[in-house]
Amino acid sequence: MSLELKGIEKKIGEETHIYTTDLKFEKNTINVLLGSTLAGKTTLMQIMAGLDKPTKGEIWFNDQNVTGVKVQKRNVSMVYQQFINYPNFTVKENIASPLKITGIDNQEIDQRVSKVADLLKLTPMLDKKPNELSGGQQQRTALARALVKDSDLILLDEPLANLDFKLREELREELPKLFKDRDCIVVYATTEPSDALLIGGYTATLLEGKVIQHGKTLEVYNKPNNLDSAKVFSDPPMNIANINKKGEICSLLADNVTWKTNLNLRDGSYKVGIRPHNITTYKEGKNSIEISGKVLISELSGSESMIHFTNGDLNWVSLSEGIHQKDVGEETKLFMNSDEFLYFDNNDRLVGNV
Amino acid sequence: MSKITLQDLSHSYLQSQNKDEDWAIRNVNIDWQDGGAYALLGPSGCGKTTLLNIISGLINPTKGKILFNDEDITKKNPVERNIAQIFQFPVIYDTMTVFENLAFPLRNRQIPEDEINNKVNEIAEMLELTSTLNNRASGLTADGKQKISLGRGLARSDVNVIMFDEPLTVIDPHLKWILRSKLKELHQKIKRTMIYVTHDQTEALTFADQVVVMHDGQIVQTGTPVELFEKPKHTFVGHFIGSPGMNILSCQINNGSVTINGTKIETSNSKIGTSNFSKIELGIRPEFISFDKKGLPVKILNVSNTGKNKIIETESDGGKIKLIIKAGEKVPEGSAFLTFKKDYTYVYGDDWIVEK
Repeated sequence: MSLELKGIEKKIGEETHIYTTDLKFEKNTINVLLGSTLAGKTTLMQIMAGLDKPTKGEIWFNDQNVTGVKVQKRNVSMVYQQFINYPNFTVKENIASPLKITGIDNQEIDQRVSKVADLLKLTPMLDKKPNELSGGQQQRTALARALVKDSDLILLDEPLANLDFKLREELREELPKLFKDRDCIVVYATTEPSDALLIGGYTATLLEGKVIQHGKTLEVYNKPNNLDSAKVFSDPPMNIANINKKGEICSLLADNVTWKTNLNLRDGSYKVGIRPHNITTYKEGKNSIEISGKVLISELSGSESMIHFTNGDLNWVSLSEGIHQKDVGEETKLFMNSDEFLYFDNNDRLVGNV
Repeated sequence: MSKITLQDLSHSYLQSQNKDEDWAIRNVNIDWQDGGAYALLGPSGCGKTTLLNIISGLINPTKGKILFNDEDITKKNPVERNIAQIFQFPVIYDTMTVFENLAFPLRNRQIPEDEINNKVNEIAEMLELTSTLNNRASGLTADGKQKISLGRGLARSDVNVIMFDEPLTVIDPHLKWILRSKLKELHQKIKRTMIYVTHDQTEALTFADQVVVMHDGQIVQTGTPVELFEKPKHTFVGHFIGSPGMNILSCQINNGSVTINGTKIETSNSKIGTSNFSKIELGIRPEFISFDKKGLPVKILNVSNTGKNKIIETESDGGKIKLIIKAGEKVPEGSAFLTFKKDYTYVYGDDWIVEK
């Protein structure tokens, strides 16, 4: 089983929504489409589902060209950001609805519904109506409906976006487990890098209608092939600074911060990409570099502190573990872990990470 | 500017009350000091909006009193209470300019025009609205509009308290930190009593010096962000603050020491007496657990990656335990032993921390 987009392009009028795209998803995989709003995630998913036609290119499923085959004729399930359920149906009827039209007998339907309900912790709510449920339970119902019919392709379009933080955390953890033993391809669209990492599998980074990089999630994260891919896959945003390299010494152009590198690069100017968690209030790694700055704010997230500060004419973001309160305007020292720096050339291509 | 006291406050939307669940809020007692930055934090349905509406005078509490500077104002109407409130969605006058919007609450109180001028310019400066003062408010972006709402709340210097009800909901995630820092800076400058209501832990902890956590109509803890993280007084605080939240495990007490199926666990509570709790649990955050050669035996269930860390899910005799280790660290296969940092390991009786 595989899903393949071959040279897909989507234009609406003169405007290009999806630039020529080739993607292949394999059987039993979860594939994350990661990008900000308007990157083209939903358009791509609708093309995959058969809800929308590409302007150019073909969609192949199991080595069959399915371009132009309607969604009804494909074995596809979709879950959206909004909680979409039939308001007059009970949870049980909602989950059973995709099976009712297939002509499966009632006993089999009951069995499958109770199995899926159990998996999604909906058993106590089966006789309730959607409006009696919490947001998390409503979205579980929509997920159960997508799972009950053994689809070949399950498309999840930001399914956690409308949930409270804690519910999100809980459901995100369960999702990969739900699909573990299923014979299907899952595509999951999100704007959040942390979703992609925690879900694992494969990730395609998207920017303005283009797929920038596609591969195993951790590989895309650890080795972004260019600056755009790195930026899409960093939240809080990656710090990017211009540097100069001479011999084994690198220096920030904006400040007199220098460090040694053993990267095999020609002397000259480069960009360095530093993830916020590689700038901390404490030293990490063998090659820690001090940087000073003026605090814009320290944001506390419960177990982490995100300190925004200025250095030179740049705004920087750091992320430390634990609670570190700093006053607005305070002069502070932080430490950068230079072992984790990403180096890009003037064409924004990755040229080195240690 | 005022000190605000809530005294034995309870409220129910029902005619008669028979059980705890019949109350939207129960036995709330707080002293909010003059000039403090406070947050009211809890999930939807915890009672925080009820509490806010009681302070502003939109709801008359079933029981208890509200005092401003020790004066009982429970029976006063919202106007007499003199409060500024900023809502989730921007409330602006579309046909007015930014200047007129900011001046509106001042003109209503017949403040001399030159004083209004000074005040509006000062507020606009703080919120970086100066260049847009003569523009129609309707043309601004969502965050620009919300800045006007904030500005109007801050314009009057005679208010007792400024209350924010989830004020950053409409703000683009990438701009949130900028408005957060503005609010923080404003509080440092004008030192007015501010209460910030939210379900988002980052909003609450970033803004407030003191965070009030609500759960099922009760205040379960009031403390600094560090206190809430390091020493949760209630299992709900442990679970709600931090990501992943605190592990809550079932445990046993034998002769004053804590065990999980025979394995002794050192806790920060030095000695636990015999107790009458119907439920005894142990709380430990994922950040304070590590793999060791001996300790509590667990089975490894799952490993996920956050980029900088790994979150390991394990199963013990006391329940599931999550721990956080560095991304580069090795994860043992199959089974392993865990040890907990003693100073951050607490015993909870019926969900409340057991103090020495």
